[in-house]
Amino acid sequence: MKFIDEYRDPQIALRLADEIKRRATRRWTIMEICGGQTHSIMRNGIDQLLGDTVEMVHGPGCPVCVTPLEVIDQAHSIASMPGVIFASFGDMLRVPGSVSDLFTVRSRGGDVRIVYSPLEALQFARDNPQKEVVFLAVGFETTAPANAMAVHQAAREGIDNFTVLCSQALVPPAMRAILSSQENCVEGFLAAGHVCAVTGYEEYRQIARDFHVPIVPTGFEPVDLLAGILETVGLLEDGRAEVVNRYGRVVSSDGNIRARELVSTVFEVADRQWRGIGLIPESGLSLRREFLRFDAARKFAVVHIRTEESPLCRSGQVLQGNLKPDACEAFGKECTPLHPLGATMVSSEGACAAYYRYHRNSELL
Amino acid sequence: MQSFNCPLPLMRHETVQMGHGAGGKLSRELMQAVFMPHLGNVFLDMLDDQAKLSLPSGHVAFTTDTYVISPVFFPGGTIGSLAVNGTVNDLAVGGAKPLYLSAGFVLEEGFPLADLVRIVADMADAARKAGVLIVTGDTKVVQRGSCDGIFINTSGIGLLRDDVSLSCRNLKPGDRILLSGTAGDHGMSIMTAREALSFQADIASDCASLNRMIESVLDAVPQVHAMRDPTRGGVAAVLNELASASAAGIELQEHAVPVRAEVRGACELLGIDPLHVANEGKVVVVVPEPYASTALDVMRSFDEGRDAAVIGSVTAEHPGMVVTRTSLGSRRIVDLPAGELLPRIC
Repeated sequence: MKFIDEYRDPQIALRLADEIKRRATRRWTIMEICGGQTHSIMRNGIDQLLGDTVEMVHGPGCPVCVTPLEVIDQAHSIASMPGVIFASFGDMLRVPGSVSDLFTVRSRGGDVRIVYSPLEALQFARDNPQKEVVFLAVGFETTAPANAMAVHQAAREGIDNFTVLCSQALVPPAMRAILSSQENCVEGFLAAGHVCAVTGYEEYRQIARDFHVPIVPTGFEPVDLLAGILETVGLLEDGRAEVVNRYGRVVSSDGNIRARELVSTVFEVADRQWRGIGLIPESGLSLRREFLRFDAARKFAVVHIRTEESPLCRSGQVLQGNLKPDACEAFGKECTPLHPLGATMVSSEGACAAYYRYHRNSELL
Repeated sequence: MQSFNCPLPLMRHETVQMGHGAGGKLSRELMQAVFMPHLGNVFLDMLDDQAKLSLPSGHVAFTTDTYVISPVFFPGGTIGSLAVNGTVNDLAVGGAKPLYLSAGFVLEEGFPLADLVRIVADMADAARKAGVLIVTGDTKVVQRGSCDGIFINTSGIGLLRDDVSLSCRNLKPGDRILLSGTAGDHGMSIMTAREALSFQADIASDCASLNRMIESVLDAVPQVHAMRDPTRGGVAAVLNELASASAAGIELQEHAVPVRAEVRGACELLGIDPLHVANEGKVVVVVPEPYASTALDVMRSFDEGRDAAVIGSVTAEHPGMVVTRTSLGSRRIVDLPAGELLPRIC
């Protein structure tokens, strides 16, 4: 398939892996930001190709994983209300809240629908004027433009039965938080290609300077990832803390300017809780004052939510790259995709789910 | 699908009424105008409460399945052909020759009768192709909102061959694993047929009866160890079940699994593994290595098996697990899907 097969070419990939091993004079620790990259690394066994030269640690870039438990519980509470159509990306339905998940809400009579785009949820609102339609607007810079578009269109058309339960996260503040942590072991980053497609990578240059780390935006296929790792290793070996784009077919330095404008029209930067990690200042987006009437959390004043995380779950450590999923004592025992203790075991982008799916019993492989 | 003369002018209604399931005149009208013209045969025509069958001596296989698919019409089939082919295939993969089916319908009040005619005609067509008779049936009508248009249950009886012994516990190290064609066609056809998807893909379901092909494979290679049809959960689920039941390992050659380019593209977009996607016209055959090429040749001589391929082998290593070698030479587990297939966020 065009635009895919050439980036999965085994010969090119293996040549890149050899080049990485040749280039590295010591063992480097590199974090891939995005959960999609984590899954591709595990699925294609890229970590197995790197030998002892590079330790890949897995970043916080899984939107499902970092959505705060409070928001999940709010979602479950709103979705259970009569007269509400609750729309969500499919990934969010299995995420455990304090007491249940959206599948359970649906089985108890909640009108919970899977959508592929927030604009579909907006269409539900047009088609069902007597109902309240709520969209669970989670994600990073990648989903923000479409979520902003839905709110913007609703405002323009005067649709008053549509709201979003918003939990948008931003990557650069999370990178700064990881690098500032005393436990940090990350020496270089693979930046998330699709996030950079929206935002560009100008903002990353300051991070590279401030923390003296190389940052390489790259994609999701084996050749993309290996080329990104090779670039990062080269920069590390040369002691150059720079940003080098290895995803040129998708990413430009300024990103998608129209998408960024729309996002900043509708949203403003705000502090945000990250599930398992805690509060990171200015790491999220919330609706601007003129769009607050589309805020589901305000419209459906959900109070008395008492969240409770499983004491066994160490997903916060996993999300910061300080713990490999299979080093968690609950991994594959108390915590499996069917009975997840934390969101990292649920999402198709969660690191624990990737390890469980592709590499559990790794001694047998 | 056969062309049919719409018998609707005989009927007073355009949609299913509660009375169509009440056993009175409307019920009889439904039988005579919809079911009998398409499905009628010497058994069904008796209109008794049961079919009286005489079976050759030997062992019979008996199976049942219920079909609730939405949408009921999809590229490559309907809920009608699915209900016949699914039950025929469940018999065939056990080494049985399918003979007779029952059909039970649950209809929602208000379901268009023209759609019912189309579905029943498609069932008749599928039964004819598979060489089975629908010999008894039942219809119930439920109030609007109590079911999703139409549900169909089919049960089937088949005559077991005595020259084969098929079981998912039979896998032996060295066995070859064959798949009769491309993976994921049915599931992706259904996902893309659902209105919500904003992209169009030209993917038809593989819905088909496999009993003739399977019979020929078993005629040529009665040494086959196991057969399963990879429906829900896809090829990955069947391989995991076989590995687990036999306490054997399976080494899958992922790149040998045939997948249509359109299916692969749709799976890439949605973040779904084609190995997890349902099939309705495919069979996984496990056969001792010396017979693999014969079995493959027989499968490929049938239209429904023309893309058949050897996709892996059985090993004494990693018992109970399915492991694949990636194109990069690394290895990973091929897992069962965890519940419903969910498209990813970004």
